[in-house]
Amino acid sequence: MDLQSIVKSVRGAQPEALVADAAQEEHLELTPDRWREVARHLIDDADLQFDALMCLSGYDEGPEGSLAVIYHLFSMQHKHKLEVRIKVPRDGGSLPSVADIWRTADWHEREAYDLFGMTFEGHPDLRRILLPDDWEGHPLKKDYLTPDYYRGIPVPKDKRGWE
Amino acid sequence: MTATDSKSSNFGVVETEEMVLNMGPQHPSTHGVLRLKIRTDGEIVTHIEPHLGYLHRCFEKHCENLSYEQVIPFTDRCDYLASMANNHIYALGVEQMMGLEVPDRVEYIRIIMVELQRIASHLMGVGTFGLDVGGITPFTYCFRDRERVLDLFEYTCGARLLYNYIWIGGLSHDLPENFVQYANEFLDYFEPKIDEYNRILTYNKIFIERTGDVGVLPADVAISYGCTGPVLRGSGVSWDLRKNEPYSIYDRFEFDTVLGTGEMGTLGDCWDRYFVRIQEMRESIKIVRQALAQLPEGDVFEALPKKVRPPEGSIYFRGESPRGELGYFIVSDGKNVPYRVKMRSPAFCNLSVINEIGAGWMISDIVTILGSLDIVLGEIDR
Repeated sequence: MDLQSIVKSVRGAQPEALVADAAQEEHLELTPDRWREVARHLIDDADLQFDALMCLSGYDEGPEGSLAVIYHLFSMQHKHKLEVRIKVPRDGGSLPSVADIWRTADWHEREAYDLFGMTFEGHPDLRRILLPDDWEGHPLKKDYLTPDYYRGIPVPKDKRGWE
Repeated sequence: MTATDSKSSNFGVVETEEMVLNMGPQHPSTHGVLRLKIRTDGEIVTHIEPHLGYLHRCFEKHCENLSYEQVIPFTDRCDYLASMANNHIYALGVEQMMGLEVPDRVEYIRIIMVELQRIASHLMGVGTFGLDVGGITPFTYCFRDRERVLDLFEYTCGARLLYNYIWIGGLSHDLPENFVQYANEFLDYFEPKIDEYNRILTYNKIFIERTGDVGVLPADVAISYGCTGPVLRGSGVSWDLRKNEPYSIYDRFEFDTVLGTGEMGTLGDCWDRYFVRIQEMRESIKIVRQALAQLPEGDVFEALPKKVRPPEGSIYFRGESPRGELGYFIVSDGKNVPYRVKMRSPAFCNLSVINEIGAGWMISDIVTILGSLDIVLGEIDR
């Protein structure tokens, strides 16, 4: 199935989930609030059957823009792909978790939360996964400032001699 | 009532307390610095919670400050047992963004290197798996043969582990003199050795007892958790990106997708996952032989771009690393530095299934299951 027919199918099931010009050149943009219903439709519909979540990435548009979560879906049955983007506000942004729909999302959502700071409502265990639990800030945000100290250990910034 | 009577009246009802055990981060069978928090009821494990991040080196943060070419040595260090595959898939992704065509000779040399790397990586996986279940000798055999692959790599590019060999648009070196002959000699030497592994490990009674029927992973669970590579194929799902979604020039070679059969127990058990790796080495030998025979002449440096500046846009490119589906999500804003690089690592997803298939087994079986997933912590923690 190509993107146009996928958009048509999603529009038929959840019309208010789509952002105005939903079908960009290569991805589908959705609003956060109906994401769970759309995800159910994507995996359950017999013509779509997106049973594999290949990748889930956090994304930051820049200090003035918003954060986004990008889902790369694939159907082992029909061999078609879909890229879904959902934008969330920069501060305190949150979107529904799909960890129970695609189990891959469980750890990947933790990773996105860890590095970008958006929260996933309904996630079974939303904790940091790669960074220490007491780390401050979310390092992959474009306005993140590297701290001077971590637990009293100076973070090396002086690169003379090795760069 | 005497004390003896009170004991005998409770016979058969053994009450135990739940106990929390920490396995790792310094534990020989966790293959690196992984910590498993295990809740046990007596000898039986009821819940496994992996704690990651001990080896986190901020790969994705580094990428924001490095040019596209400079990212390649960092991809080496992600999956340090399969650096060639990491280089290859990243380079292919960037090349596709730029619309860059590379000479045929480059494509063939890349395939030869990546498949030799797959042999080396599977040898490591098979050897350490034997070690996990108590067989020390196969491990030394595997390392003996892996050394010869590393010798070939050293002869080609000077490095034994972290190569930085496959560049965007080309290679760092052409093949050295007589490489084809040495590679063929290695393949002739190595092919009969697989039967030796089968004799010493695969069909060993104790090994089968330890791995058959243990940690069964059903196919639908594997897909839902995003398991790929030998872990998914061990569950009987015919899914190999080299075959099903041919990238590079994999469509020019004849090889088979190896599947688990449940020969020594249930489909999707540890033995199946292990045996898929053994058979995949044979398939890799087939591919390398064909590529060596067809290797064209040419200049490997002719397509190297002066400046790597992919146009604005994004790509998700995936390929089959020895551990499964390795994907790079690359976003470009038109500069020579990537805006965002996300690495989808196969071992990260494969490890996440451990609680699903490990709960209900004994601690010694957890070691077996973990070994059969063949994880590399460098790739999980990035």
